[in-house]
Amino acid sequence: MSFRTPLGQARGLGSAKEGTAHWWAQRVSAVALIPLSLWFAVSALELTHADYVVAVNWLHTPYVAVLMSLFLATLFYHAYLGVQVVVEDYVHTEWLKIGSLLLIKFAAILLAAAGIFTALRIAFGA
Amino acid sequence: MATDNRPVSPFWIYRWQITMTMSIMHRATGVVLAVGTLALVYWLVAAGMGPGAYTDAQALFGSWLGQFLLWGWTFSLFYHLCNGIRHLAWDAGWGFEIKTLYQTGYTVWVAATLLTGIALYMAYTGGAA
Repeated sequence: MSFRTPLGQARGLGSAKEGTAHWWAQRVSAVALIPLSLWFAVSALELTHADYVVAVNWLHTPYVAVLMSLFLATLFYHAYLGVQVVVEDYVHTEWLKIGSLLLIKFAAILLAAAGIFTALRIAFGA
Repeated sequence: MATDNRPVSPFWIYRWQITMTMSIMHRATGVVLAVGTLALVYWLVAAGMGPGAYTDAQALFGSWLGQFLLWGWTFSLFYHLCNGIRHLAWDAGWGFEIKTLYQTGYTVWVAATLLTGIALYMAYTGGAA
């Protein structure tokens, strides 16, 4: 039996003030991904049979570097937010859940960094 | 204690509805696309590494397994995009009537399939060089 009041027990566990933050971030990134992913899909289709020179020339275009960086950042942000919910829904062992979420978050950041760095390196390169 | 007749979970008592399939497909395509980001970054990094690595990547994506995966990612992208717009409409408070729910649901299937068809046609007939 606990002598702590219900308010005391609830304090420090986090408030509901950020309750919609995750949901909202997922929607905002979703809206941004509508034009970005359509742009990427059309570009990828145009590059289907492209050789190295054509692909690198395309990535060398300034607007492509900007859109590709924005696409990658938004994509990995949105993907992490989505996969996070899937893990939270299905993984109920606490250490496994936290471990998976950390691993997925680090992987998403690593991939985003590698992708954006490469896009910019090609854009700024010769 | 008689526990035999207790309903276990909605999955066993609900009749099949398109809405439930659409919901699980949205999540499934989302996970598939999240995995697909690996291929995107691989393609970019290969382009950054040079002609040799890029040719290897193109060969890998051109193999039967690579093409199979690319088809899957293409359909997943269009499905998740179309159904995502359906979700955003719900968030705006539109489309909750049962009739509209079914209409938009079928529209998403048709649109995603059409867009995938157009993409595949473009990929195999057109493209630069």
